[in-house]
Amino acid sequence: MSFNITSGEKFLGMLEQAGFIIVVFAETLFYSKNAFGKWREIFKQMYIAGVKSLLVCSIVSLFTGMILALQAGIEFATYQQEAMVGNLVIATMTREMGPFTAALVLTASVGSAMAAELGTMKVSEEIDALEMMAISPVKFLVMPRVIALSIMLPVVTVYVVVLGTFGGGVVANYQLLVSWDLYYEHVLESLQFKATYVGLLKAYVFGIIISCVSCAQGLKAQNGAIGVGQATRTSVIVSFLMILIVGYIITALFYGKAL
Amino acid sequence: MIELVNVRKTFNGRVVLDDVSIDIRKGETFVIIGQSGTGKTVTLRHIAGLVDPDSGDVLINGMRMNGAPRRVRNRLREKMGVVFQSGALINWMTVGENVALPLVEHRKYPKKKIEEIVDYNLKILHLSDAKDKMPADISGGMKKRAGLARVLVRNPDLILYDEPTSGLDPVMSRVIDDLIRQMQREFGVTSVVVTHDMASAYRVADRIAMLYRGEIIECDTPERIRNTENPIVRQFINGELEGPIDVA
Repeated sequence: MSFNITSGEKFLGMLEQAGFIIVVFAETLFYSKNAFGKWREIFKQMYIAGVKSLLVCSIVSLFTGMILALQAGIEFATYQQEAMVGNLVIATMTREMGPFTAALVLTASVGSAMAAELGTMKVSEEIDALEMMAISPVKFLVMPRVIALSIMLPVVTVYVVVLGTFGGGVVANYQLLVSWDLYYEHVLESLQFKATYVGLLKAYVFGIIISCVSCAQGLKAQNGAIGVGQATRTSVIVSFLMILIVGYIITALFYGKAL
Repeated sequence: MIELVNVRKTFNGRVVLDDVSIDIRKGETFVIIGQSGTGKTVTLRHIAGLVDPDSGDVLINGMRMNGAPRRVRNRLREKMGVVFQSGALINWMTVGENVALPLVEHRKYPKKKIEEIVDYNLKILHLSDAKDKMPADISGGMKKRAGLARVLVRNPDLILYDEPTSGLDPVMSRVIDDLIRQMQREFGVTSVVVTHDMASAYRVADRIAMLYRGEIIECDTPERIRNTENPIVRQFINGELEGPIDVA
């Protein structure tokens, strides 16, 4: 009996959370008409999301490309097709790994920081103070973050793809003994317009998901430092899950018919 | 002006406010006293519309705050300000930017005029030197005063104070008390003050209400409260260890 009550309460809690994320997203859309008035805050958030995450993104993307090239290269080598590594790296990076890697890095670094920052503001009554001044917390805090991340995630994705492809090239050149020219010839051969725009679309959607989920979790934080920690952890978990699910849906929408 | 009608509120099954009814008149300074955790701040948050009661009503100028859509709440809050216990300053903005925030966001005045209003309010609260400092670099008392300055720039008709003098030295407490009185005298501002500080309560109050275990057990003028027969109120205002209040 108590199991059913607990499960029921948990389910209702999840539904409430999902509903609140949708409300935050809808309000953000509504307030995005005021984006020009918030350009300073948007640029600040773009700087945090882009420039401040550059080092982590560089390392992660470089090694993602290198691992991809090495794993694929081992298989291709058995058929003397090492040069095909370039095709595989660019196709994988543009379609999936680029937006996915960028989204994971920014969820862990920027999204969690957003949840913690807004959560701390919530428990220290700063959000209540905004409400009392008839200033919408979504307009003042969430909208600039959502716009900044939805712009920066595609930018970071391009950076991740370029660096990941370079990482793959390093492995191809030094470990698989494929020349740079040949590697890049194969890279350009498989660089498709559709893969690029679908990848960027994914990045854009992931940016909206991460920022909306993280801000919503922050705005719902309660019970002091413990609540802030919980909001941060939940924001990362929910963002990861939604990135995977929505990533699959977008892939199925654009490539499902090719099956 | 403010009416709480049979307000009941529970948190996780614990009754915090139990059938509380209060009627606060326009231009009055109404002080709520009581032990920690008896629901004083919760009462204030009900008036501010930050919390809705489980049952009962909160009326501001005859309009229902509880359950009202955000548009209505914002309209009711236009002439209302809350001085939060911690000051609740936005931590990445300077004190001056914090105080200017409501005017900047609502684009009420030109930049120069906003600057003048901010400077004036910082001056009366002895905060001129802190204008360019960040909240992290000032004391708790200064944060609280900056929070009050942020309320004053909006010329509210109703100000809700959550422990306005806690953490302040006696001189600065007197400054805040005098300011509450001055706002009432010169601008007819209605104030609701939640406090433990009895000296401050006697100085500013027109009426004092005591909350005990979620209920208003006495509501009267400071003079009558001072000479009350109620053993709970007497023990609380005199800070006695012996009496009906369980201090364990």
